[in-house]
Amino acid sequence: MTASAGPRTLADKVWDSHVVRQAESEPDLLYIDLHLLHELNTPVSFDLLRESGRTVRRPDLTLGTEDHNTPTKDITKVIEDHAARHQVELMRSNCEQFGIELHRLGDERQGIVHVIAPELGLAQPGMTIVCCDSHTTTQGAFGALAFGIGTSQVAHVLATQTLRMGRMKNMRVTVNGALPAGVSTKDLVLALIHEVGTAGGQGHVIEYCGSAIEGLSMEGRMTVCNMSVEAGARAGMVAPDETTFAYLKGRPHAPTGADWKVELAEWRTFRTDPGAVFDREVVFDASTLSPFVTWGTNPAQSVRLDGVVADPAELDDPAARQAARRALDYMGLAPGTAMRDIGVDAVFIGSCTNGRIEDLRAAAEVLDGRSVADGVEVVLVPGSESVRRQAMDEGLDRVFEKAGIQLRYPGCSMCAAVNEDRLRAGQRAASTNNRNFEGRQGKGSRTHVVSPAVAAASAVAGRLCSPEDLEA
Amino acid sequence: MEPFTVHVGRAVPLRRTNVDTDQIIPVRFLTRSSIAGYGENLFNDWRDDPDFVLNDPRFTDASILVAGTDFGIGSSRESAVWALTGRGFKAVLSPRFGDIFYGNALSNGLLPVTVDEAATKALWELIERDPSLAVTIDLGAKQVRAASLAVPFEIDSHARWRLMHGLDDVSLTEHHTARIADYESRRRPTMPTTGRRREVS
Ligand code: SF4
Repeated sequence: MTASAGPRTLADKVWDSHVVRQAESEPDLLYIDLHLLHELNTPVSFDLLRESGRTVRRPDLTLGTEDHNTPTKDITKVIEDHAARHQVELMRSNCEQFGIELHRLGDERQGIVHVIAPELGLAQPGMTIVCCDSHTTTQGAFGALAFGIGTSQVAHVLATQTLRMGRMKNMRVTVNGALPAGVSTKDLVLALIHEVGTAGGQGHVIEYCGSAIEGLSMEGRMTVCNMSVEAGARAGMVAPDETTFAYLKGRPHAPTGADWKVELAEWRTFRTDPGAVFDREVVFDASTLSPFVTWGTNPAQSVRLDGVVADPAELDDPAARQAARRALDYMGLAPGTAMRDIGVDAVFIGSCTNGRIEDLRAAAEVLDGRSVADGVEVVLVPGSESVRRQAMDEGLDRVFEKAGIQLRYPGCSMCAAVNEDRLRAGQRAASTNNRNFEGRQGKGSRTHVVSPAVAAASAVAGRLCSPEDLEA
Repeated sequence: MEPFTVHVGRAVPLRRTNVDTDQIIPVRFLTRSSIAGYGENLFNDWRDDPDFVLNDPRFTDASILVAGTDFGIGSSRESAVWALTGRGFKAVLSPRFGDIFYGNALSNGLLPVTVDEAATKALWELIERDPSLAVTIDLGAKQVRAASLAVPFEIDSHARWRLMHGLDDVSLTEHHTARIADYESRRRPTMPTTGRRREVS
């Protein structure tokens, strides 16, 4: 398929401008503008490269960071876990061997890969961005086509700076209205996933548009695009606009002077043409939303915080019924339990979904003048070193400290639980991450995915609740 | 990569939907640094349950996994595929796969076979009745056969050709290096590179 002359979607425009080669009944060969790496999924890619005697074609379009295995309490000690330390060491030697810039633990630019690339200004409109990580979708918030790839594909990109890929289908999610006060973008995206299901976006790139999306900050757009993969989508995107350009201006890797003008003119062309046809359309109204939380073991098993745990017996689809039964069994919950009656042992605030400065501010606002309930452990981890420093500049660390919470060093931490931060079997957490899969936060852990404000309020109350509940 | 044409083997019924890659290989095992060994931890936490189907000795040498809809969703970890191939699996059948898992499977010569729910159920019943039943995955004919059952499946023609010849993507792409260089010569020089730039303000 060659670029059509008719009206095109944003995603198709980015795709078309990156096609290196097209041939009948073959996948397209697509050029990759930015290739991000972290230590967890990459050692094998470098082995594949070495075994075949190949090298990295464009180290200057490749960037590494250390995020999954890194400690968050004390970064001066060596990493205790042998395997984790070995992976970080491999990352360092691999990047060194192939001349790849690496933001190491302790570096002012280190952090979760999907947090640092945007804040450094590396994610720009119209780019293709890949990483060995499914939440690369985050960076679609800039109007880039950004998606996760597997280890073999990482080796392919390292060697050729391209990917062989079939074109993605187009899906548009139009979110009308505006988010009511007290409702965050996390609630919005959880409600969306509930609506379309974990496979609703399969094979598609989702473009989010409508007044509610236009009204979001870049941080909010990133939260929405981040969780596109939880709706099964390959990627999520928002068309770049003045909010995007204002965010990018002055960032370390953003263009300057005359270059800024050249790029800005390019960036403005990355919009869906009027009349472009989408394979799937979903329309959503933001104005009736309220805080949303999960009760099960996939991100679509969710309900309003005002609601109750679903009753599997009421589900028509036998597969959904069986999955719900299994989820409730794992989560240790009875059908019909009010979500607000669910007590928590732990709270995690952080991740590439909700580890940015706005998220920390939202948590601080709730925690200001309050303290964490007895017996609740709170793990608060900024998404990057730059977020951590900004939080300190704004005095948020003191608010957290008074509430009984340590502002930790950046990383994935309890989102993936491959470093030392993890829940014990049976422990229940309100967590601002993106996945409530079985064992995601440690073997036997029970996760309720929530927004930062709900997480902070739940820390104070020791049970799932919203900030409004604390005032009553 | 080994060419894949026809595979005949025993199948194991995994009567679960939404099998995410965190279940296939829990994240705490991702600290391995090579492809080998992941098979040991395939479905690690589910295997704590003595009734879990992969603990059933009748299915220990199965090479075909028949799973419910939405298999391989979630994390992009390719080790989910290596855990399956490490345990000797050659094909996975499901009514629907996670996109990244599907691509990863193809990259490693593990055949993902999309069959509808009715066929999945029929296969489950057949192999539960007779765990030693030979199941045939015929990539050339795009067909799954078991006893009197014959189920057609669709697969992208290029992916099929590549699998049948055991070709790897990088060598295919390297035929087009001149085009890649040509594309690079036309890229805007104002686009970002990753080397150290200005100080963080
Ligand atoms: S924060 Fe969680 S979801 Fe994001 S990259 Fe890290 S482990 Fe993955």
